[in-house]
Amino acid sequence: MNGYLALTYWDLAAASVFLILNAIFSIALNLGLARTLIVSALRMTVQLVLVGLILKAIFFAGSLWWTLLAAAVMAAFAAREIRARQKRRLDGFWGVGLGAGAMLLAGSLVTLYALAGLIRPEPVWQPQYALPLFGMILGNTMTGVSLGLDTLHTALAQGKREVEARLLLGGTRWEATRPALRQALRSGFTPIINAMAATGVVSLPGMMTGQILSGVDPREAVKYQLMIMFLLGGATGLGVLGATFASIWRLTDTRHRLRLDRLDKR
Amino acid sequence: MLTIEKLRTSLVGPVDLALAKGSFTAISGPSGAGKSLLLRAIADLDLSHGSLMLEGTEREKMPAPVWRRQVSFVPAESGWWAEDVRDHFTDAPDLESLLEAVGLKDALCWQVSRLSTGERQRLALIRALQLGPKVLLLDEPTSALDPPSVARVEILMKDFTASGCAILFVTHDPDQPDRLGARHLYMEKGRLSAFPSREHTQ
Repeated sequence: MNGYLALTYWDLAAASVFLILNAIFSIALNLGLARTLIVSALRMTVQLVLVGLILKAIFFAGSLWWTLLAAAVMAAFAAREIRARQKRRLDGFWGVGLGAGAMLLAGSLVTLYALAGLIRPEPVWQPQYALPLFGMILGNTMTGVSLGLDTLHTALAQGKREVEARLLLGGTRWEATRPALRQALRSGFTPIINAMAATGVVSLPGMMTGQILSGVDPREAVKYQLMIMFLLGGATGLGVLGATFASIWRLTDTRHRLRLDRLDKR
Repeated sequence: MLTIEKLRTSLVGPVDLALAKGSFTAISGPSGAGKSLLLRAIADLDLSHGSLMLEGTEREKMPAPVWRRQVSFVPAESGWWAEDVRDHFTDAPDLESLLEAVGLKDALCWQVSRLSTGERQRLALIRALQLGPKVLLLDEPTSALDPPSVARVEILMKDFTASGCAILFVTHDPDQPDRLGARHLYMEKGRLSAFPSREHTQ
């Protein structure tokens, strides 16, 4: 590919100079950050090197099953992350299942739509396209869903009296939880809305930067980036909507009671 | 009017109770006896078992919101979901006169955050009344009120039962049941019984 300048491992070592300098400052000033800084930098290095090797192997194998397996592993990590990011979560299976289910449903739907309908690689599941796309969509949906659920559960737990006041006045469970739902939706949508607003003005998105650095015409890179942002916004929205509505359904019952006993006690 | 048979929750009951048209029923008892929980259970706000009938219709035969509009529970601490008082009320035709009856004629223009505890308590009662319930469940309806306001609220309660409705209320005021001509019950450890004679009360 023309205009693409490969990096050597020595370049990488040189790039880490400033990070190491930060660690030294931290030790000198006794900030206590050096350890976490170095550990997370090393952790990232190991993760990325491994991912590079694995992706290379999967691209080389060109097998549908390996691609699906990689997608499944990504989804499992994202599911765990959604669970960990909620201060109050649903009890039992629902604590993982509901958020992960919404994320996976929205993420898969949008990824398949983009692959089969827009990008159309041959074959459709070609890992060079499918995996990075699925990863980006999953990551954003994950953030949205975990923020949405965390806000919803906190709002319901802290606003029990307000919700029950509306129920007592003959409101349905959906009417009574409307303010909490709105708050949750807004917080779930915020990151993607902010990203759309700031994109290109404050920072160039990572994927577009990558394409430009590897020699792609900026106009083409912009087209790709726009498509990705539309997909991310769509998937995040679907995921957040699905997760919050499902969670309200779970935290209320058919007799229109608020069932905070179905939140994990912590 | 309201018949309750073998009402049980995990902490309350079994409770049998019948409220007649136009009647007052008072419940007293130590804190933690389950008085508020009983009212919550009747309003179907907590999971409960047993048979509840309003004018011959089973509770489970009607959607919970319909039940709660007819058997209206006003908790001791009311919830307010909007900033302005007005947003918590519908445009009921008798709203103005109800507010005037408890001395809060201009309250609709106020902000919830500036209400006193006593004002909240009276507004919460009006908020429930304007839906035209048949049975009122009141948890300490006058606990935060000064004597003149207590008198106003009690007059309002009497008007309500005089129009053929029933009121079940929890109170710690030893004279209130007699003032309202209420049948007085005693609750301890989740069970209801007739109120013991005056000498044995706390």
